[in-house]
Amino acid sequence: MSTVKLTVNGKAVAVDVEDRTLLVHLLRDHLNLTGTHVGCDTSQCGACVVHMDGRAVKSCTMLAGQADGANVTTIEGIAKGDELHPMQAAFRDNHGLQCGYCTPGMIMSAIDIVHRHGGQLDEATVRHELEGNICRCTGYHNIVKAVLDAAGRMKVSQAAE
Amino acid sequence: MGVEGIGARVVRKEDKRFITGKGRYVDDIKLVGMTHAHFIRSPHAHAKVKKIDSSAALKMPGVVAVLTGQQLVDDKVGNLICGWAITSKDGSPMKMGAWPAMAPETVRFVGQAVAVVIADSKNLARDAAEAVVVDYEELPAVADVHAAIKSGAPQLHPEAPGNQVYDWVIGDEGATDAAFAKAANVVKLDVTNNRLAPNAMEPRAAIADYDAAEEHFTLYTTSQNPHVARLVLSAFYNIAPEHKLRVIAPDVGGGFGSKIFIYPEEMVALWASKKVGRPVKWTGDRTEAFLTDAHGRDHVTHAEMAFDANNKITGLKVKTYANFGAYMSLFSSSVPTYLYATLLSGQYNIPAIHAEVIGVYTNTTPVDAYRGAGRPEASYLIERLMETAARQLKVDPAALRRTNFITQFPHQTPVIMAYDTGDFNASLDAAMKAIDYAGFAARKAQAKSQGKLRGIGVSCYIEACGIAPSKAVGSLGAGVGLWESAEVRVNPVGTIEILTGSHSHGQGHETTFCQLVADRLGVPISQVSIVHGDTDKVQFGMGTYGSRSAAVGLTAILKAMEKMESKAKKIAAHALEASEADIVIENGEFKVTGTDKAIAFPMVALAAYTAHNLPDGMEPGLKESAFYDPSNFTFPAGTYICELEVDPGTGKTSFVNFVAADDFGRLINPMIVEGQVHGGLVQGIGQALLEHAIYDANGQPVTASFMDYAMPRADDVPSFNLSHTTTLCPGNPLGIKGCGEAGAIGASAAVINAITDAIGKNNLEMPATPDRVWRTIHAA
Repeated sequence: MSTVKLTVNGKAVAVDVEDRTLLVHLLRDHLNLTGTHVGCDTSQCGACVVHMDGRAVKSCTMLAGQADGANVTTIEGIAKGDELHPMQAAFRDNHGLQCGYCTPGMIMSAIDIVHRHGGQLDEATVRHELEGNICRCTGYHNIVKAVLDAAGRMKVSQAAE
Repeated sequence: MGVEGIGARVVRKEDKRFITGKGRYVDDIKLVGMTHAHFIRSPHAHAKVKKIDSSAALKMPGVVAVLTGQQLVDDKVGNLICGWAITSKDGSPMKMGAWPAMAPETVRFVGQAVAVVIADSKNLARDAAEAVVVDYEELPAVADVHAAIKSGAPQLHPEAPGNQVYDWVIGDEGATDAAFAKAANVVKLDVTNNRLAPNAMEPRAAIADYDAAEEHFTLYTTSQNPHVARLVLSAFYNIAPEHKLRVIAPDVGGGFGSKIFIYPEEMVALWASKKVGRPVKWTGDRTEAFLTDAHGRDHVTHAEMAFDANNKITGLKVKTYANFGAYMSLFSSSVPTYLYATLLSGQYNIPAIHAEVIGVYTNTTPVDAYRGAGRPEASYLIERLMETAARQLKVDPAALRRTNFITQFPHQTPVIMAYDTGDFNASLDAAMKAIDYAGFAARKAQAKSQGKLRGIGVSCYIEACGIAPSKAVGSLGAGVGLWESAEVRVNPVGTIEILTGSHSHGQGHETTFCQLVADRLGVPISQVSIVHGDTDKVQFGMGTYGSRSAAVGLTAILKAMEKMESKAKKIAAHALEASEADIVIENGEFKVTGTDKAIAFPMVALAAYTAHNLPDGMEPGLKESAFYDPSNFTFPAGTYICELEVDPGTGKTSFVNFVAADDFGRLINPMIVEGQVHGGLVQGIGQALLEHAIYDANGQPVTASFMDYAMPRADDVPSFNLSHTTTLCPGNPLGIKGCGEAGAIGASAAVINAITDAIGKNNLEMPATPDRVWRTIHAA
């Protein structure tokens, strides 16, 4: 057992976990942040994507201990109260989700994609960048639309800040 | 249409919880004292279970129990059932071997459970499973249908000699032979419809909780049809009577058919929860999904189509071998028979059809309904045949289809189905226009000048949905009726709860079903909530599959709404001192037509519950229910056209354009309908280009993770150009046909027709990987 200290969604936490515990299980089982999902066990599907120190990571592919001292943001931590993150709003407005299971990972990956590419996103880039996130419902059409829409909204909201 | 009524692109009510991480899936639920199950699964495709030694595991920390298949037998827990009886051509019933939830004696596919470890945590259960020693005696195994029916092949079940489940026929063989005898041209084709793994993104999961004082079970499960699960668990598996079993299917992360069936894991979890006296949770991992979720497709078919001198089809002969895997899953028997062969007429006038389907056991994961279920196999076969015929007869493929389209409705096909309505020319026209079919030759020449092989492929699909008239399916062997139920509960403050037997696992019912209410009453959808997925709340229902929830489930809600509105009008008329016949409902008010007298809907609701001033003899309250049984199947149809380029140097396919023109009848929410089509198209494209659940000759699965099984990813597929042509379905009052499966049914043929057009070779199996395409291009 080890104590892992980290900041999750702005809150400092210390969690006692078995050394073999994965970050995703720390989030889901110990902190009850069940918005982060497990879809494949082989780092392929991206349902478990969270942000660690501002970068998208697959939380099923790292030990909780590796997040010691880190700043982790999950899907539960990106809205400002009732105000949705522009990526969340874009997924809803563009019908970028159906069953919702891949959605948290998609949204967390997509925010990272926009951050890394700034306003330079086009459809081909979004499709290429989403290779680590699998969706079985939407056929990706509306997810791609949502990411491009959100890229515009995030630019506007950054400019406003 | 109001802003939230029928036909409006309303954003989904359910989305807020999903985009904020507040969805509640089975694995998100924790119960006090909960234990965790880990199944011990056979690594062999066929073996005798000689001995299970769990003594070391039982001594490990946190281990509560190790339970085996023999204990299931001892406790008289029933075997898994197949719910649709098929009769062979010789009049004999289908031949089935028993499928126990955990195998006491013989395992017949890799992944079949033999025992389960119950422990305090998931990791402790996994650790202990490593310490359980199972002694197997390997038996010869067979995975391929043709190998399985050869004499001397390993035999799976003594009840099914030759591994044959049934040999079933449909249609008029004499008339078909006569058509072929007179044919001017005959087109022949062999096709394999590749085996697929459904892969809903949420793995299956179950939590069972036994209350010893009440002798009552609660099961949380990833189900598309919780009431059917309760019925089967009660009536056949001897777990608990229905009134002592509550089944809850909360948020479910996709189904695509694979979550219709009642699997061994939830049976064992229920049984084990009583044995250990604590709640038992099982959550599958992705490899378990590959090994145990019912697979789809897996047909091998030879077909011949006869034409007269005017290129009119005169006859169709089909012989299909369907691979069922090692056991007959819940609806497996119906898929290659009544869901497949009854659609072999496609969109065409075919005077004579004869089809034979041979169902075969192999040492592989059981096969059952997967998005489209039989209809993709039929559509793929017919549309590959039409394309092959056009090439052989040297006519334009679109023109050949047009020559043979059914244009008069209703139309009785030679294979049971009576198409009610449609306009196949309209959808073909719309798709051809959208893709600029006329300009294709110039684009092909242009691509050629750049070293690329460009192709175009047409697919005109039809399907039978809205499953289904209970009497009709009963006469064909179904063990259940396929109606739907609904209840409308108006609260005293005028808010409304709609209880439905349909289940939403991505389809957006919480929005579309509210749109019907908004359309009829003029109340905002925020005043309406949809209740589903809990057998304690909804009395009964048949669930969601077969594109049935709008055509059947929503019609049931309409019937209940009509009853509620009728009573509400009486109350309003009484309050307004008017005649009931003069009451109209507009914008949330009950009005006396032609006057300014009105009463708001919440006041009518309140009057129903205060009961201070009701018409004489009227019961208080405002709650009505309905059961709706459709009169026919519905027949969504359309045309998909795919344009693509093949790189002859690598065999890689790149999409140029993909257009879809669908006729789904009335659309409730076009945004949601389009989403259903997008997803279906990508499942069809996945089958055509990427996906294949592969076994080696000994029944070892080769593709049991996302590392090996090629799921479509965002950069494998194009964006789509969708349109709709509309003929309203005459079979239900809303005119709805259903849209959930069309994309998966029609897309694969369009892709393969386009690739084979591009490379100038007609025979190409799915999935058309670059390697396979390159070899086909360069084959002698």
